[in-house]
Amino acid sequence: MIYFDNSATTKVAPQALETYTKVSNQIWGNPSSLHASGEKAFGLLEQARLQIANLMGVKQDEIFFTSGGTEGDNWVVKGTAIEKRMHGKHLITSSVEHPAVLNSMAQLEKLGFEVTYLPVNEKGQVSAKELKAAIRPDTILVSIMAVNNEIGAIQPIDEIAGVLRNYPKIHFHVDAVQGIGKGIQQMIMNDRVDFVTFSGHKFHAPRGIGFMFKRRERKLASLMSGGGQEKNLRSGTENLPAIAAMAKALRLLLEGEKDKVQKQLEIKKFIYDYVTKFPKVTMFSRMTPDFAPHILCFTIDGVRGETIVHAFEEHGIYISTTSACSSKKHVVSGTLNAMNIPEKIATSAIRISLDEHNSLAEAQEFVDVFEQLYHQFEKINS
Amino acid sequence: MQYTEIMVRYGELSTKGKNRKSFIDRLGFNTRESLHSFPKLAIKANRDRMHIQLNGEDSTAVMKRLKQVFGIQNFSPSVKVKRDVELVKQKAVEMIKEQFEEGTTFKINTRRSDHDFELDTNAMNDLLGGYVLDNIPGIKVKMKKPDITLRVEIRSNGIFLSSKTINGAGGLPVGTAGKGMLMLSGGIDSPVAGYLAMKRGVAIEMVHFFSPPYTSEQALNKAKELTSKLAPFVGSIKFIQVPFTEIQETVKHDVPSGYLMTVQRRFMLRLATLIAKKREGLAIFNGEALGQVASQTLESMVAINDVTTLPVLRPVVSMDKNEIIEIAQEIDTFDLSIMPFEDCCTIFAPPAPKTRPRLDKARLYEARLDVDGLIERAMAGIKITEIKSDQKFLAETSDSFAELL
Repeated sequence: MIYFDNSATTKVAPQALETYTKVSNQIWGNPSSLHASGEKAFGLLEQARLQIANLMGVKQDEIFFTSGGTEGDNWVVKGTAIEKRMHGKHLITSSVEHPAVLNSMAQLEKLGFEVTYLPVNEKGQVSAKELKAAIRPDTILVSIMAVNNEIGAIQPIDEIAGVLRNYPKIHFHVDAVQGIGKGIQQMIMNDRVDFVTFSGHKFHAPRGIGFMFKRRERKLASLMSGGGQEKNLRSGTENLPAIAAMAKALRLLLEGEKDKVQKQLEIKKFIYDYVTKFPKVTMFSRMTPDFAPHILCFTIDGVRGETIVHAFEEHGIYISTTSACSSKKHVVSGTLNAMNIPEKIATSAIRISLDEHNSLAEAQEFVDVFEQLYHQFEKINS
Repeated sequence: MQYTEIMVRYGELSTKGKNRKSFIDRLGFNTRESLHSFPKLAIKANRDRMHIQLNGEDSTAVMKRLKQVFGIQNFSPSVKVKRDVELVKQKAVEMIKEQFEEGTTFKINTRRSDHDFELDTNAMNDLLGGYVLDNIPGIKVKMKKPDITLRVEIRSNGIFLSSKTINGAGGLPVGTAGKGMLMLSGGIDSPVAGYLAMKRGVAIEMVHFFSPPYTSEQALNKAKELTSKLAPFVGSIKFIQVPFTEIQETVKHDVPSGYLMTVQRRFMLRLATLIAKKREGLAIFNGEALGQVASQTLESMVAINDVTTLPVLRPVVSMDKNEIIEIAQEIDTFDLSIMPFEDCCTIFAPPAPKTRPRLDKARLYEARLDVDGLIERAMAGIKITEIKSDQKFLAETSDSFAELL
């Protein structure tokens, strides 16, 4: 089996799974309990938090555990709206965000908030200039993803941060679910960025766990009220086995990050160079540094993306249509739509997403199958 | 910048006349203790300066520690180059470039302890100044209050360049003012009192009362970890734990509730005094602030102080709570202090303690108890440990989780 769908989810690292099992078996006390068993769990919880903070280059008390990317995005968007509603009711985001952000925004619109959805250019990127023009005196949040999950475009976070330096009161959120371990940590953790959200299962941690960076001086309303965990900002008994496993997975991910990114880039380039030779291929991802090293999105014109996915599947190769979240719902890709790609072409889009375990040999096998399928589709499609 | 040496300037002690030598020796000792985790350092405490040769140790980490050593006015990281004017020129430009922003002003300040060197101080200033002006476009010379002062010291073993002066902790070297006992509870105030005592040169030892099972193991560990937070200022601190259960139970049973607090505290002070005398302590420090709680009134102090002839010093006596908290945050004890474990001061707290206890009554109630026996048994159960910086007592040590993470 060749797994090229790592933006949907990744395989849990065996070492992380081992941690998960060990913690479940041995350190199962509630970190809030006063007795020694609870103390031990608390110690591990904080040690995991410290490790993640160190890996991200931030302070220990700036890391909060969540259930994943969707919760993180919901929390920052709605939590900011609740926290800062007396200061303003305007939020800015892009039209290519993950639905966790877009649908949170839509929900806020129903409650009377106003949202500006920034357009994107032909590369799927927003412009800092347009963002600046959209800022109003009552703007309370700017939420822009680091890496687009459908085509891999990297958004100009540094430039946006530059603009927002003149607006110190606005919360700046970066959804970095697709950006971790892809060689752009310095950009993601820009010192003007206030909130960054991450999802564990995108980097070989188990499901149901994620974390958020919250700059110390920023305030965010809680969405989960209860027993006061996570500094009373996110109640609920901590998912310690998953938290420890995530801390380990993150450490493993970032070990030798540069080489791993290079490897993915080579595979990406290999496939990119190969498939773009075919006339009926429309390529949306690029090989420039403003695109992530692990995502390739393209079409075979005239063939539905779904059909291509299943055709590859017959050869034991797993890829996806544009994003796993929308692929079952037969909706057109939000990103391609925002890029003004005609619907007819957008429905053909497929996405390949790599991780550090993929190899050039797998890429070779992929292009062999690709060529075979391309000619097969040509027959029915001419 | 890869620094080779840190030059340390002394604080107030330069004015201390005859005691100067013992002050410098003490500061040298404290600095070595506090930097013990950097084995490659070579530390020389001379009459006017201290020189710390880094020998490859990380200068940032060393300087972070150095900032916590009392008795240091300020220090400058410096780079040693060979006695070759060309090398000095290049290094000077490199150092200034690192701090340069548009419109930066600078001057060169040369000192020469080796008068055989080919250039004198003025010639060196001119030469380097000119070279920097030629090689960093946009930089200007300014003699009074420039942004960057590049200090150049010509010594027989090399030429030393430095461009930054970093403030130290000030105060006096810990130990030069003698030894004192700090009554450490686990709250916010007592660690701050300890810090302030050390700042004026007092070597403190912690006296902590614990009453199992009324107080938990965690409360004891919390006090130990607080001690560890204060250790960087001296290197290590002795932690003296005193069993207090029997005394508290007895007092609770036999003393009217309004005087529980007063009598308990008289016992604590008695014990602290005995420990001080045994260990050659000259004073007792505590974290009392006037009017903060019932036991911290002048009347109460009179009723408690009665049991000792040693000076009882209260460094935070006139501070507001938020002033104390500010210092606690600065020395990083605050987050620990507010962890909610019962300590010996909070258990058995009477519902309505007397805010104006009378000395004669305190004596009267206490006379009913077997004071000598209780004190003797508590003294017999004392345990002393030495605590260094960065020791963890509350959570499991990071090592035990290393395999999991």
